[in-house]
Amino acid sequence: MPSNEADPLNRWSSLRRFMAQPWVLGLVGVATVLLIWLLTTASGAVDKLFLPSPQAVWQAGQAQWTSGVLVKDAVASIQRVFIGFALSAGLALPIGIAMGTNQTICRLLEPLMALIRYMPAPAFIPLLIIYFGLEELPKVLLIFIGTFFFNTLMIMDAVKFVPSELVETALTLGGRGLPILTRVVAPFIAPQVLDTYRINMASAWNLVIVAELVAATEGLGKRISLAQRFLRTDEIFVGLIVIGLVGLCIDLGFRFLMRKACAWAN
Amino acid sequence: MHLQVSSVSKSFGYGPKAKPVLDSVSFDLHSGQFLALVGSSGSGKSTIMRLIAGLDRPSSGEIRLDGQLIRGPGADRGMVFQKYSLYPWLTAAQNVAFGMRLQGRPKAEVRERTAYFLEVVGLVDSARLLPRELSGGMQQRVAIARSLAAEPKVLLLDEPFGALDLQIRESMQEFLHRLWQQTGLTALLITHDLEEALLLAQQVHIMAPRPGRIVRSVNVDLDRSSLAHLRVSPPFLALREELASVLRRLDSSLPA
Repeated sequence: MPSNEADPLNRWSSLRRFMAQPWVLGLVGVATVLLIWLLTTASGAVDKLFLPSPQAVWQAGQAQWTSGVLVKDAVASIQRVFIGFALSAGLALPIGIAMGTNQTICRLLEPLMALIRYMPAPAFIPLLIIYFGLEELPKVLLIFIGTFFFNTLMIMDAVKFVPSELVETALTLGGRGLPILTRVVAPFIAPQVLDTYRINMASAWNLVIVAELVAATEGLGKRISLAQRFLRTDEIFVGLIVIGLVGLCIDLGFRFLMRKACAWAN
Repeated sequence: MHLQVSSVSKSFGYGPKAKPVLDSVSFDLHSGQFLALVGSSGSGKSTIMRLIAGLDRPSSGEIRLDGQLIRGPGADRGMVFQKYSLYPWLTAAQNVAFGMRLQGRPKAEVRERTAYFLEVVGLVDSARLLPRELSGGMQQRVAIARSLAAEPKVLLLDEPFGALDLQIRESMQEFLHRLWQQTGLTALLITHDLEEALLLAQQVHIMAPRPGRIVRSVNVDLDRSSLAHLRVSPPFLALREELASVLRRLDSSLPA
C-alpha cells in the first residue's frame, strides 16, 4: 500500500535533512570521543593517573571554578593575548597596506620579514627574559613577535590582490590616493584581514601558553605546568579543555564579526 | 568637447627588447560623437583607451582634451571596463553614487542623480541589490550609470559587452544606442565585434595589430531608427563584409 511505503521513506529523508545540518556531524564527532574516553576510564584498562575520567576532570574544573582560580588564570591569559595581538594587528595593518601598495617599501621590508617569520617565536623566550625579566612585557612581546610578521605579510598579500579594475575605476571617477585607500582598498581587504586575524589569533593563543609554561605566576599555561609538578592529570585536562574552548570562542567571534561586517563576501 | 589623439606611439619595455604596441595613432572625437575602434587582439586598442584615460603614458605623441594635455586619470574621462569593476560591497545605487561621493558632491544632489541614472539604465527596482545578485548585463548597466553620473566629458567603453552572452549583448547594444540618442553623450567604444561597432558608432577606425595602428576609417551613415532592421539591411551587410575582409587579410598576413 502506498501510504505504508511512503512513511519510512519520509522518515529517512527527514533524518537525512537533520544530518545535513552542519553542526550535527560536528557534535557527533565530539560526542564520540567523549564516549570512548568515558568507556575507557570506566573499564579500568588505563591507570587513573594517566587518564582521569571525565567525571574527575569535571570535578577538578568545578573546584577551580569555585575557588576562583580558573577565572583568574583565564583572565590573565586572555589579557596577554589581547594586548600582544592588538599591538601586532594594529601595527601590521598600516605596514601591510604600505607594503601592498608601494613597491619600494615592499622590496625593502619583505625579505626581512620573510626571514624573521621563519624564526620560531618560542626561541625568542630566552632573549626576552634576559631583556625584560619575568613580568608581563616579555609575554606580550612574544605574542607580538609570533604574529606580527604573519599578519603583515598576509595583509600585504590581500592588498596586492585588490583587482586593478576597482582602483582604476575609482581613478577615472576622480578618486585620488587616500580616498581610494579608504573607500576601495580598505573595504575590499576587510574580510581577508579579519580572516588573517582569526588564523593568527590561534598562534597567539598557543604562544601565551608556551610563555606561561616557562615563567609566570598565573595563567592557564602556568596552571598546567603546576599540575604536572603534582601529577594532577585531571587539572591538566581541565587546562587543556578550557584553552581549547576559549580559543574556539575567539574563532567563532571573528567568524561572527566577518558575517556581520562583510556580508557581501559570503 | 574635443579629444585629440595626435601621433601617439607606445612601447612596453626598454632598449632593444622594447615591444611597440602602438604606432603613430591619430584621431579626433567631438562632442556628441560616437566613435569605435575595432581590431583583433594585439591591435593595441585597449592600450589607446588606457592612454586616453590617463592610466598609462604614451611613449611619444600627445593626447589633449579641450586643448589640455592629459597627464593622468580624471573624472572628465569616465571608463567602463569589460568586467569586475563594480564594488562588490556596495549596492547598485551605492555603486552609481560612488563617483559623485568621491567628488564630494552634496548629499541631496547625489541622491537625486543616483535615482535619475538608475532610472536611465532601467534598474530602479534593483537599486538595493549587491553586484553578485545582478546579471552580467545589469552589472554593466550599473557601471555605465556610475560613469555617467560622474559627468564625464567622454565615456570610454572598453569591450563593455565582451563578457556577455549573445542575446544579452544585442539588447545591451540597443540600450547603449538609446542611451546615446537620449543623453547626447560622447563615447569611444573599443570592440573586436565589427557588427557592434557599425551598429553603434558614426565613425569606425579599423586597427591592425603588431604594432597597433589605424589602417582604415569609415563614416557609417546609415538609418539607425531600428537596430534590428539595420542588422540585416543590405547596405549594412555589404559594409560589414567589406570591412570584415580587411580584418581577415590583416590576420592572415601575420607571421604565425
